[in-house]
Amino acid sequence: MTTRIFVPGDTTAWSVGADDVAAALASEIATRGLDATVVRTGSRGLCWLEPLVEIETSAGRIGFGPMSVADVAGLFTDGRAPTGDHPRSVGLVEAIPFLRNQTRVTFARAGVIDPLSVTAYRAHGGGVALARAVTMTPQAIVDDVNGAGLRGRGGAAFPAGIKWQTVLHAPGSRKHIVCNADEGDSGTFGDRLLLESDPFQLLEGMAIAGLAVGAEQGVIYLRSEYPRTAAILGEAIGIARRSGMLGTNLLGSGRAFDLTLFLGAGAYICGEETALLESLEGKRGMVRPKPPLPAVAGLHGEPTVVNNVLTLAAVTSILAEGADVYAGHGVDRSRGTMPFQLAGNVARGGVVEVPFGMSLRTIVEDFGGGTQSGRPIKAIQVGGPLGAYLPSSQWDTPLCYEAFAAVGAMLGHGGIVVFDETVDMGEQAEFAMAFCAWESCGKCTPCRIGSTRGVEVIQRLRRGEAPARQLAILHDLCETLEFGSLCALGGLTPLPVRSVLTHFPDDLHAPVEELAP
Amino acid sequence: MDDRRPDVRDAERDLDTLRDLLAASPTTQDALLPLLHQVQRQCGHVSKVAVRLIASAFNLSRAEVHGVVTFYHDFHEEPTAETVVQLCMAEACQAVGCRALAEHVRTSLGIGFHERTADGRLQLEPAYCFGNCAAGPAVRVGDRIHGRVTPARFDAVVGALGEVAIP
Repeated sequence: MTTRIFVPGDTTAWSVGADDVAAALASEIATRGLDATVVRTGSRGLCWLEPLVEIETSAGRIGFGPMSVADVAGLFTDGRAPTGDHPRSVGLVEAIPFLRNQTRVTFARAGVIDPLSVTAYRAHGGGVALARAVTMTPQAIVDDVNGAGLRGRGGAAFPAGIKWQTVLHAPGSRKHIVCNADEGDSGTFGDRLLLESDPFQLLEGMAIAGLAVGAEQGVIYLRSEYPRTAAILGEAIGIARRSGMLGTNLLGSGRAFDLTLFLGAGAYICGEETALLESLEGKRGMVRPKPPLPAVAGLHGEPTVVNNVLTLAAVTSILAEGADVYAGHGVDRSRGTMPFQLAGNVARGGVVEVPFGMSLRTIVEDFGGGTQSGRPIKAIQVGGPLGAYLPSSQWDTPLCYEAFAAVGAMLGHGGIVVFDETVDMGEQAEFAMAFCAWESCGKCTPCRIGSTRGVEVIQRLRRGEAPARQLAILHDLCETLEFGSLCALGGLTPLPVRSVLTHFPDDLHAPVEELAP
Repeated sequence: MDDRRPDVRDAERDLDTLRDLLAASPTTQDALLPLLHQVQRQCGHVSKVAVRLIASAFNLSRAEVHGVVTFYHDFHEEPTAETVVQLCMAEACQAVGCRALAEHVRTSLGIGFHERTADGRLQLEPAYCFGNCAAGPAVRVGDRIHGRVTPARFDAVVGALGEVAIP
């Protein structure tokens, strides 16, 4: 039997040479006349092992990584497929604790299958949800999503079922499903990994959303910083149309849903749903005041569901496995699993999909293995550039929406960025304000002006100029940003800044005796 | 060597490209960003002339089109160098040394962000996240993304671009 050799093709694997490794493997197979073939997959999200080559054996897939072109010839020195004894071997991939200890629901197929094979998608449980959805009433689908307790994975964590219900009830002959794939937070790459590893899951989820609210068209707003994702997704959309997953006759049901891919243009703010809608309409990505909610008056003023990639993808699991099964994971009002993305200075970075409720420490220390540099961890930023920097005293906080809010932090899109002791937290606080200034859409004054003033105040603090006075201004400024901004960019920039003020003041300024609270 | 300014040298060719793109594009406003992407990609910038022609075709004011062009980081009013190198400067890459990498680029190529090499062929821009956060520092050259970019790897990547002048 022909041995299959799997090589990931996602951005991370590609960025560290996977395409070259795949080509070297193919040429080695040809030269040696081996009975083997190279299959390109997505990635399992074991990023530190990339490029991770997997060879199919009767016991399961054995992994080799990180592989370089130079390592390829050595794999087949005796003319046979290598075994677990090889120096680059990481053993059975599914037995690697990083993967074994996860609860893979959304990412179950990632890295396992060829992302553009409908056959493989169906063989691994794909398509079941849509087949069920075409037989259900819209209300029944919405009820399932509500019953699962699914909350938006993009960061705001708004209950998806309530949003869908609003759009279902909203009057209007034309409605839209908009997928927010403008994954701009640093440290987050779950959307990208899913889109490159299992794109049909998103397309299926969007078609289900369409059936649920009565929308026949959708758009995926993908950031332009993801060129490989755009190529894979574009191809997947064409294949999905040909296989009846999209189009005028979904799985032969006579119902219609189709979608297009739209590329962003490098504006972080377009990850905010109303700015995204403006951008889709060909305008500057300026935030719209709410109300009206996009669910009532969204794209072109028509009722619109705007959901993140992982939210829409999770819907397929809910419909395929049952709302109860999905809701069976998690804690409190954080139901289901969350694909956390472990990044930065971490020994083992990648995607960790687990039920809500695991502690941050477990993820970073047990899954992540501490820092890549081997130095102690100083701070962990959770939730992207608008998320707080957590000091060691907070690492036992369970990863769920409620517990994070309680310590003045947020989960956001699930990005976890580890910093070792060499980080200057004063520089990080300044960057938080500078990033807000760079990306502000300019519509509201607190964000547009406040962020620039924030940079200046923090710079003065770091230079030691009248620290007590600067601190008073900075606290005041943070309050103005928090309560006076139109959207989360200005509203949440104080989060990382305040976390530095509270937990890492020594990095920001000399001791201040008369510091006002 | 044609030493006229690139925008002058290429103006005629750009005008032809632009006319072709406009002829093939819908002119409803939601087609604006896709068109601007193509203009930026094929002409290297979105010139004032392009803004005027696009505004006219889309029945928009020049101010509206100018507003869109200047809002998005992907679009440039001035011609960009033939190779744009983007360094990710966001937090996950900061945690693994992107600031030191930017410093290395400053000393090795002699350019900072938004600047070009002496021969005008390579331009350095910051970027905020390519989603390669567990394999940083990340660098994008054209449509190619590179991960785990050490200073040595950066030099190799840039060296492979050909005869980029290093002052």
